[in-house]
Amino acid sequence: MTDPAESKTVKGHAKLERNITLMAVASLITVAIGGIVEIAPLFWIDNTIEKVEGVRPYTPLELAGRDIYIREGCYVCHSQMIRPFRDEVERYGHYSLAAESMYDHPFQWGSKRTGPDLARVGGRYSDEWHVQHLTDPQSVVPESVMPQYGFLKENALHVADPSANLTALSRVGVPYTDEDIANAPADLVAQANPDADAGDLTARYPKAQIRDYDGDPTRITEMDALVAYLQMLGTLVDVNSAAAQEELAQEKGR
Amino acid sequence: MANDPSSKNRIDEATGTEFVGHEWDGIEELNTPLPRWWLWTFYICIAWALAYTVAYPAWPMISQATEGMMGWTSRGQLANEMEDADLARKEVRDQLAATDISNLQGNPDLMQKAVAGGRAAFLVNCVQCHGSGAAGSPGYPNLNDDDWLWGGDLATIETTLKHGIRQPGDDMTRFSAMPAFAGMFDTAQLDALTEHVLSLSGKGQTSPAGAQAYADNCAICHGPAGEGDRMQGAPRLNDAIWLRGSTKADIQQQILQPRMGVMPSWSGRLDPATIKMLAAYVHSLGGGEDFAEAQVEAPVTPVDEQAE
Repeated sequence: MTDPAESKTVKGHAKLERNITLMAVASLITVAIGGIVEIAPLFWIDNTIEKVEGVRPYTPLELAGRDIYIREGCYVCHSQMIRPFRDEVERYGHYSLAAESMYDHPFQWGSKRTGPDLARVGGRYSDEWHVQHLTDPQSVVPESVMPQYGFLKENALHVADPSANLTALSRVGVPYTDEDIANAPADLVAQANPDADAGDLTARYPKAQIRDYDGDPTRITEMDALVAYLQMLGTLVDVNSAAAQEELAQEKGR
Repeated sequence: MANDPSSKNRIDEATGTEFVGHEWDGIEELNTPLPRWWLWTFYICIAWALAYTVAYPAWPMISQATEGMMGWTSRGQLANEMEDADLARKEVRDQLAATDISNLQGNPDLMQKAVAGGRAAFLVNCVQCHGSGAAGSPGYPNLNDDDWLWGGDLATIETTLKHGIRQPGDDMTRFSAMPAFAGMFDTAQLDALTEHVLSLSGKGQTSPAGAQAYADNCAICHGPAGEGDRMQGAPRLNDAIWLRGSTKADIQQQILQPRMGVMPSWSGRLDPATIKMLAAYVHSLGGGEDFAEAQVEAPVTPVDEQAE
């Protein structure tokens, strides 16, 4: 109990407690360490994003679909993050890259998988399958517990101001051009209608898929938007090219 | 609160422990040291954590995080695991790659392995539409029966898997389109035609008007007796198997405003050996056909197969 080192500590502590200036300085240093550990990495966060080709901002229609995805709470049961484990990669496809969600605000990685991961669901099923599955999931997957979303097909797609959505995202760093923002309302309609003149939509949004998604070409519904979003998930980066595979497997520090 | 250092050396009689010197309304704090074992566990944990950050990627630096002395990466580990798994399957895969699909049936052992591998791949990639038992559902073909839209021998199934059906962007995809007959018939004609279509499988009552409408509009693809045409993927109408329902309403909807399914092309997503495995599995489900009957119409040559 009378260990000299210990009594010295106790004495030092007493000194710290009695000197308000010393106490303030010591508190500041302690809090600063915690702050640096939490805040500093945010300034270097960009170097955790792989440099890969192909990732582009969402088209206005995909963005509308993404908003519906969030509105309906799809993220509650579906993740969008394939982790680099063999069981996940064999089921869902190549593991997700940070770059693939760099234009997501907020990202949809999720942590709950009642349903399967959707990070690479794009192109995996036909549009008709998606419509049928969203309308009545049990008709294609009898054991599914997913609710029915048939009303999406009834609701006309209503986006109050597509340009404003793009503007908001560009303010947080998504590289939409002025042209993208100005053309947003037209792009929104053009992507869901194969007969409309899409202009340079595919030039501005490479790999954008232009077609009628919900099986009813006469109108643009929320179903169109949601299926358009689902069909592009994970399709932008050619992760399976041999060069990409090699490079990613050798990357250190991850 | 009193902080009287002079009380510091006082010993609490009940416990024999020194007082710290803090007192709140007569309640004082004892200076009970932490147990040794606890302290040492704590120090070891700190040492372990520091060593860990040296051995594994941890500290964020300017351009990337530290790599760690062990050189471990989650992606590298995955690549190794995938490689090991591939190696374990390599023999069967190589054998499959070297075996032309038309010769697969001549090698029962390999066929059996292919079917087993195909079953696993089917559960991952195909069950969403065709069902876990491959029994399909309205609009998605049942693969257990012997009714094939495009043919049921191994090579034909493989082609369907590779290129899909009505898959946009695949030039070799199977494509058929039934015209929409909405507005072409009046109600009486449509009823007669539907009855005639049902009569092909013995369920309805045919009539001259129905037979005439069928012969004029449908027979060219579906055949005069509803036998279908696999060359163009026209479904057989004279059996009890219906892709989109067998009620009058179902059939009329399909005549007036046909719905046509899409199957993805899998050649970009699955490797050739897996596609062969899937073909073998689907072929094994019960409806698989031998080449003999298919070869009469379209001889399958190994050269063509390679070119694909």
